Amino acid sequence: MSGFTVTNAPHIRAKEDSAMIMIYTITALLPAVIVGAVLFGARSIGLVTGSIIAAVLTEYLMLFLRGRKAVPADPLSAVITGLLIAMIVTPATPWWMAAIGSIFAISIVKHAFGGLGFNIFNPALAARAFLLASWPVIMTTWPRPFDAVTGATHLALVRTKVMEMSLWNMPHHIDTYWQLFIGDRGGCLGETSAVALLAGAAFLLIKDVIDWRIPTGFILSVAIISAAFGYDPIFQVLAGGLVLGAFFMATDPVTKPIGRIGRWVFGIGCGVITVAIRFLGGYPEGVCYAILIMNGFTPLIDRYLIDRVYGHPSTSLRAGKK
Amino acid sequence: MKTFKGGIHLDHHKDSTAGKPIRNAKEPKIAVIHLSQGGALCQPLVKVGDTVKAGQKIGDSDKLISAPVHSSVSGKVTAIDNAPHPNGSVSSAIFIESDGKGETVEPIPNISVREAGIVGMGGGSFPTHIKLHPPIGKNIDTVILNGAECEPYITCDHALMLQEPLSIVEGLAGIINTVGAKQGLIAIEDNKPDAVAKITPYLSMGNVQIIVLKTKYPQGGEKELIYALLNREVPSGGLPMDVGCIVSNVGTSHALNRSQKTGMPLTERVITVTGAVKDPSNLRVKVGTRIADLIDDCGGFAGNPKKVILGGPMMGITQSTLETPIAKCTTCVLVLDEKDVKLFEEQSCIRCCRCVDACPVQLTPNFIADYSQNKMYAKAKELGAADCIECGICSYVCPTRRDLVHWIKTAKAKKGLPAGRQGKK
Repeated sequence: MSGFTVTNAPHIRAKEDSAMIMIYTITALLPAVIVGAVLFGARSIGLVTGSIIAAVLTEYLMLFLRGRKAVPADPLSAVITGLLIAMIVTPATPWWMAAIGSIFAISIVKHAFGGLGFNIFNPALAARAFLLASWPVIMTTWPRPFDAVTGATHLALVRTKVMEMSLWNMPHHIDTYWQLFIGDRGGCLGETSAVALLAGAAFLLIKDVIDWRIPTGFILSVAIISAAFGYDPIFQVLAGGLVLGAFFMATDPVTKPIGRIGRWVFGIGCGVITVAIRFLGGYPEGVCYAILIMNGFTPLIDRYLIDRVYGHPSTSLRAGKK
Repeated sequence: MKTFKGGIHLDHHKDSTAGKPIRNAKEPKIAVIHLSQGGALCQPLVKVGDTVKAGQKIGDSDKLISAPVHSSVSGKVTAIDNAPHPNGSVSSAIFIESDGKGETVEPIPNISVREAGIVGMGGGSFPTHIKLHPPIGKNIDTVILNGAECEPYITCDHALMLQEPLSIVEGLAGIINTVGAKQGLIAIEDNKPDAVAKITPYLSMGNVQIIVLKTKYPQGGEKELIYALLNREVPSGGLPMDVGCIVSNVGTSHALNRSQKTGMPLTERVITVTGAVKDPSNLRVKVGTRIADLIDDCGGFAGNPKKVILGGPMMGITQSTLETPIAKCTTCVLVLDEKDVKLFEEQSCIRCCRCVDACPVQLTPNFIADYSQNKMYAKAKELGAADCIECGICSYVCPTRRDLVHWIKTAKAKKGLPAGRQGKK
């Protein structure tokens, strides 16, 4: 008799677990990393490896210190954080500097808030902000592709030209777009090639790993606001870290809002802050801070912008029903 | 094609019984008739030692929401005692030892729906006569017959639609007449074109049509059907009649028609016995037949049976014993092999939103479960816990293997929360 397992329904589960989702994400990031490695040479391999190893080791150390058992998703999420940190710093960064960024990201930004699933800010972006504040000169030194010479990124060039001449008249040719699209330009290790990033993003969208609303809201708002203020929208979308940020950082499941409306607001908010920083601020790139700022708004968005539940008159479920 | 918001596609696992003709199960030696089979608990009308006939009323209640229960065999009452109930609890039941003679009571002409003991046979088990007599002021314009059968593995409604199309349509016409509705809609998922083809020739009677729906879980949910077919939403805490609908299962419609035609109460139903058994079948079984007898009837277990479920894999209830009898609303006996039974440890939420995107009533299951786990049930209610239809999609899709629907059900069951439609009545 007996010997039968008794559990709650449902009795079947989807195959994809969190570890599988992380593996999909890593796979999707690889094309951009490979393009980066081709463009910026052997030092990028050291950068990526150092950053990932530091992240994974910190993850295990923090889990041990917090007395938590590691599940497969924990080290894999640390790999993603390490990989992303390497991708959003300049290829000139020494590997140990990226490793320090990883240690900061995993220990302070992630585990101090409760580990996987509980951090408020995107660990990789927070690490970038931390590194930029700590080593401002190295972090804004941009090697040209296939070249030891360093120069400014496209956006930094635009920024300086704003002061010298009128940016409004700055010509952008189809050649510039093509360069930006394939990735033949200065910039962070993993942000340069839009085509490689879009390939990875398409894979994640097909696998239903990332939400489509956030990147759509983010990129469209940047393009529309740029155009409205007389900037070149295509240039604004392709230059800088927007494609990487919109598809891989803003969509980070942990730090984005839950509701559908909330996700739209989050994406559009990221776009608005990005252009505000780019056009009004003293720093040429705004994607990183825009996402971090919106991360801070996520709990508030989750509190007030929940989707309308079937059979309820309005979205204000919490306010309306007592 | 019409459908609802959210939902997911599931492997349907219906091949082993789909299209198989319904065969009669062997008459059980002992029938265990539960006194709780829809509505209030019935009081026994017989005592130990009494001889009963098949179709004899053996339990009834004077409560409003109730339906009598009938013996499904002829024989002797051997005990009135607690027995495992299909819902996982233990409840009192009448044990009848069959004498094998199959004597039945005299048919009652124009038997009333209540006296026939008809309850919702899709799993809801709500007394049908109550549904057919909505309070004054509630006008019903549409009767929806649910032939979606969206749970994997189950094929009993499908088999019934193939074999009894006329009876199903006649039953529907009867319901339409009773409630004075304008139209009847039979909802069938697009993976059952043969059922659509079988029923279509009988549609001439009354204003009845078939609506083919997208194959998606939980298409057969009442709220989802109403939204898909009529683009109406049942208000929170309300019933289909609040938006002018009655939703009934095709099995219920058939049972209604059959009782009207024969004058006999409901004592048998069609169920699917499938999974890790040698001969998966669609069986016409006597209510009260125990799982063990049905497994024998299907050639015994195959492989290493690990879980026995009454109902489907998404919403069904696991049984610890094969002594549990079939109730009027039981749709399926599903045996899962060891290789299909995986046990998971819950991990912390990564907020991936798969549950949010899949929820057919647009809840935020992860937040509700968080509140429930922390015993903050009022907060869970604010987020709409009581609107959960318990379809299990959130737990199914969760990549961190959280028991989301369990936590939501926990919050729902707590005092002060209207527990869905049962609580409303």
